[in-house]
Amino acid sequence: MLSIKNLKATVNNKEILRGINLKVEAGEVHAIMGPNGSGKSTLASVLAGRDVFQISSGEVLFNGKNLLDMSPEDRSREGLFLSFQYPVEIPGVSMVNFIRTAVNEHRKYKGLKPLAGSDFLKMMREKQELVEIASKLTNRSVNEGFSGGEKKKNEIFQMAMLEPKLAILDETDSGLDIDALRIVANGVTKLRNKDNAIVLITHYQRLLDYIVPDFVHVLYNGKIVKTAGKELAMELEEKGYDWIKNEIEK
Amino acid sequence: MKMEISSNTKDIFIQLYEQNKNSLSVGSPAIIKDLRSAAMEYFSSHGFPDKKDERYKYTFLENYFSNGYKKEFAPKKLNINLKEIFNCDIPELNTHLILMVNGFYYNSTSSFQLEKGIKICSLNDAFRVYPEIIEKYYSRSLTYDDSYIALNSALFTDGYFIYVPKGVVMEKPIQVINILISDEDIMVQHRSLIVLEEGSQAKIVICDHTLSPAKFLTNSLLEVYTDESAILDLVRVQNEHDESVQLTHSFINQEKSSKTNTGFITLHGGMVRNNLKVTMNGEHADNSSFGLFITDNSQHVDNYTYINHVKPNCTSNQFYKGLLNDNSTASFNGRIVVGKGAQKTMAYQKSSTLLMSDHARMNTRPQLEIYADDVKCGHGATVGQLSEESMFYLQSRGIPEKEAKLLLTHAFAYEVIDKIKVDPLKDRIDELVNKRLRGELSRCNNCMIHCC
Repeated sequence: MLSIKNLKATVNNKEILRGINLKVEAGEVHAIMGPNGSGKSTLASVLAGRDVFQISSGEVLFNGKNLLDMSPEDRSREGLFLSFQYPVEIPGVSMVNFIRTAVNEHRKYKGLKPLAGSDFLKMMREKQELVEIASKLTNRSVNEGFSGGEKKKNEIFQMAMLEPKLAILDETDSGLDIDALRIVANGVTKLRNKDNAIVLITHYQRLLDYIVPDFVHVLYNGKIVKTAGKELAMELEEKGYDWIKNEIEK
Repeated sequence: MKMEISSNTKDIFIQLYEQNKNSLSVGSPAIIKDLRSAAMEYFSSHGFPDKKDERYKYTFLENYFSNGYKKEFAPKKLNINLKEIFNCDIPELNTHLILMVNGFYYNSTSSFQLEKGIKICSLNDAFRVYPEIIEKYYSRSLTYDDSYIALNSALFTDGYFIYVPKGVVMEKPIQVINILISDEDIMVQHRSLIVLEEGSQAKIVICDHTLSPAKFLTNSLLEVYTDESAILDLVRVQNEHDESVQLTHSFINQEKSSKTNTGFITLHGGMVRNNLKVTMNGEHADNSSFGLFITDNSQHVDNYTYINHVKPNCTSNQFYKGLLNDNSTASFNGRIVVGKGAQKTMAYQKSSTLLMSDHARMNTRPQLEIYADDVKCGHGATVGQLSEESMFYLQSRGIPEKEAKLLLTHAFAYEVIDKIKVDPLKDRIDELVNKRLRGELSRCNNCMIHCC
């Protein structure tokens, strides 16, 4: 589904990604871990199409198509979804209007007619229940005045509405209390199926207790330096990153 | 060289006055004639404001006045079928309609079924029929410190007169439609008077439109008096074409405990300058003024506000927003004066502008002069661009760049639209703004007039 080959990216002439290689197939869950500043969020932003980063080399294929050539909106409509680490507040743009526009743009891309108002509202209600986001939040402006936890739940709600093939969750667990973490993780688990894939960027093992990864990658200094199964996350939780750094420096 | 041009332009108007002063004053009370002549005297001795005049720093207009616009001192016969050109499809916006054509009150056959002594007619008729009201209010608040005001005061042709007597609450809004329609380039100077007596209430919508491609120059003046506890909602929608130059002067005079809500929605126009002066002549008066201007091409919109707190315990709130595209320019100058005796004044001002292109330019200038020591005043001004972060967030959900921009600019504009108190009108203006932002002509489906 996703194939990243030797991806290098810079910001302000500073190389952040220094040759990433990663393959993600349908039905898989990948966790990307790594110390602060290793390039995890940059990787997520580059995949979603944030243009503050320059791609200096490499190739990214998404379902056989060249992802790097696409606009952010096309990436989304092709089935890529980024759950933001820091979702932005957009005063004056109502959640309903925002989601409806997004859903209908996705439908248009697939050659489908816009959803009728009642069908759309029905869909909203169903997905709200799924991710347990209070309907009072969807009556407000996008993320405006939402708590940290509400913002993250709202990201998962949008994921539920857009039904992506590949969801990249950038530190969706950070800043969540135990209950919110459970709600968010349950939401993601419900949205999982054999046709879609999930990339979790996280610092902590605890999210992975809920969403069990097939692969755990360690990103360090702009490169994936270690890949293993879910047991790697446990090991990192116990020992930190120093042993990996030492291993590399040897 | 410059002196020469300016004295020539000035002379044109001095001559024009000499030629027309008698016909202009036919049927008017003596006071009107005297005021015209005093205004002309001011104009002759001061001429047009020059480029050093701080008030017109960002909008230099004299050149337009020297251009050969034709001036008409009597209404031309035009075959206008009111029903045909104006077929408003807002079912809820059932209004008293005033039509002004090229600065003259258009005598429609439809007569108003007016409640309880409300008077609506042309200003020239009011001079003849209601001299006692005219003498009480007309020009009472004007100070001739601006030659454009003097020019209008000397040479205005006609206008509308709205009078709401004591205690009367008007149910229906009044809609004034100023139409400019001509084959030749013309200059128009109209002048109007709105009086709300003690405890009365009215909602007034003014729409400015150009209906033919000729060049138009308007120098119009509106005086508003709200007596004790009167409440007025006034919204002006400006929607003229790129070849039009529009200069408006609005004077709002508020007595004790009166409340006014004054809005300027500038959707389109080549060159627009709005002077707004609000004077708090009585305690506990309250004014909220707001403005929204959307510009593109090389349009220019300049809002110059002056809130004069004379009496204590009054509040004023100004809120102006602009969206500037292409090479357009705009400015906001907000002057607040709190006089020595105006203790416990609360006066606030906020302006924010989005620059949508690298070439658009905004000048914004707060000007607070506070002579009292127990007041709360504040101002804030921002000029910026659409947030890249917000754009990316919307796009990352599959919303194309153009739509994302529309969502954000509309949200930006809606904060101002939300201040309009007449709901059907608010919805309609919201729709017009939306169309404007989409680059579509702002007009209703069933109506020739590009309006609300």
